[in-house]
Amino acid sequence: MSVLPPNDRSPGNLPIVTLRGVEKNFSNGIRALDGLNLDVRNGEFVSLLGPSGCGKSTALRIIAGLIAPSAGAVEWPSGAGQIGFVFQEPTLMPWADVSANVGLPFRLTGKDDRGAVGEALERVGLAGFSRSYPRELSGGMKMRVSIARALVTRPQLLLMDEPFAALDEITRFRLNNDLLAVWRDLRRTVIFVTHSVFESVYLSQRIVVMTPRPGGVFTEIVIDAPYPRDERFRTSSEYAAFCRQAADALAQAMASGASL
Amino acid sequence: MNQGVLRICLPVFVLVVVILLWDLVVRVFAIPPFVLPGPGLVLATLISDASLLWHSLLVTLTLTFEGFVLAAVGGIALAVTFSQWRLVEYSLYPYAVILQVTPIVAIAPLLLIYLPQPLAVLTCAWIVAFFPVLANTTLGLNSVDHNLLALFELYKASRWQILWNLKLPSALPQILTGLRIAGGLSLIGAVVAEIAAGSAGAGSGLAYRIAESGYRLNIPRMFAALLLLSLAGVAIFFALSAISYLALRRWHESAIDRED
Repeated sequence: MSVLPPNDRSPGNLPIVTLRGVEKNFSNGIRALDGLNLDVRNGEFVSLLGPSGCGKSTALRIIAGLIAPSAGAVEWPSGAGQIGFVFQEPTLMPWADVSANVGLPFRLTGKDDRGAVGEALERVGLAGFSRSYPRELSGGMKMRVSIARALVTRPQLLLMDEPFAALDEITRFRLNNDLLAVWRDLRRTVIFVTHSVFESVYLSQRIVVMTPRPGGVFTEIVIDAPYPRDERFRTSSEYAAFCRQAADALAQAMASGASL
Repeated sequence: MNQGVLRICLPVFVLVVVILLWDLVVRVFAIPPFVLPGPGLVLATLISDASLLWHSLLVTLTLTFEGFVLAAVGGIALAVTFSQWRLVEYSLYPYAVILQVTPIVAIAPLLLIYLPQPLAVLTCAWIVAFFPVLANTTLGLNSVDHNLLALFELYKASRWQILWNLKLPSALPQILTGLRIAGGLSLIGAVVAEIAAGSAGAGSGLAYRIAESGYRLNIPRMFAALLLLSLAGVAIFFALSAISYLALRRWHESAIDRED
């Protein structure tokens, strides 16, 4: 836990996680990451933006401790806590109902917290669906279950790996808004991986644009538009300007990657 | 007519036609019963020899069932062992394959030399039934969703938690497929052993009745016993299919009717 209030998003705030010169080489010879440096401050909403294959998912998995970096270090200046992870697919257990899926973290860690399961389901708007099975739900609802599962242990850090990429636009916009509401209510840190310029601008305080093959930080863009952001922001000229800026940066990042 | 009615009516219609043709052929060509008995005579034999055949059926079914249960328990246990300890898999898997590819008819006479007859029959039923359980369970345990596995690792699940809460439930459809194949095969294994033992003249199972009736040219009884064996096989198949359906109906695509 940070010694600073979690809602303190000033640049002087202690980072929750720091990546220093992180490198990842896979056994098939692919160099996914090369010298990745990243600081994520407590309470921040950061997007990793890059084309597919730029190692952004790999970076997320390294932060989660699911894979080890080949070189470099991941540091937790304020101590490592529980992490919530949301995959690109809902990744639910099809044989278990919604409440068992959301309660899985408790089952595995040996704690029991029925109340937290109900609360997490309510937060994602699925209060009445605890007895449903995943196949009975729509794609957007499954993703909500997946988010509820990631939130149920009240993790300080939420890692999201292109969670809405497979959803239709209407559902994606609604989930974007709900995710921002959750983030603002719970004051958690979110690292959000996406290949969508528009999604990253809409959600984030800061966008980290990554170079492809090998992945590294190309540049960072601060989106200092105030929250709450809503559909008015989505159609504002300010939003459009940020999107152009991010899209230009992404194009340059890809061009620089191609020349390597 | 809808699909369901057709799927019952058409095979019944074919059955009636075949029986009528059979009867017609026997009558028209005046075939003697010791060459080919008519359907009426087979039915009459089934009724007149009911107590003898019923007793034999029970003997065969008991051994089949015991062989099946041992194959199910052994196959699943061995597959779990393989998945938990790779070295055991490397050591034993080739022999499981050898046991499977060696024709059971060739093994049965040897078993009858070393084992008392009921035990030899049981062993035969077990040998043929066990491999499909092993192979299918192994396939199921190895086809776990990688992201779910990552999620379990994120919450520091032990390997037993992963086995019990993830691998076994996700392998359930394949395990049930293995069991459905094993049910029919254990009957075949038991029958093969009984036939092999039949020449030694020491048994009372249904297959032994077939062999014995063959020597005595009691062809109607051969047909009656054969009919019972087929019915037993069909009953085993349907019982296991029903179990499979009940276990999977809430979540697995194979057990869910598609809505057109």
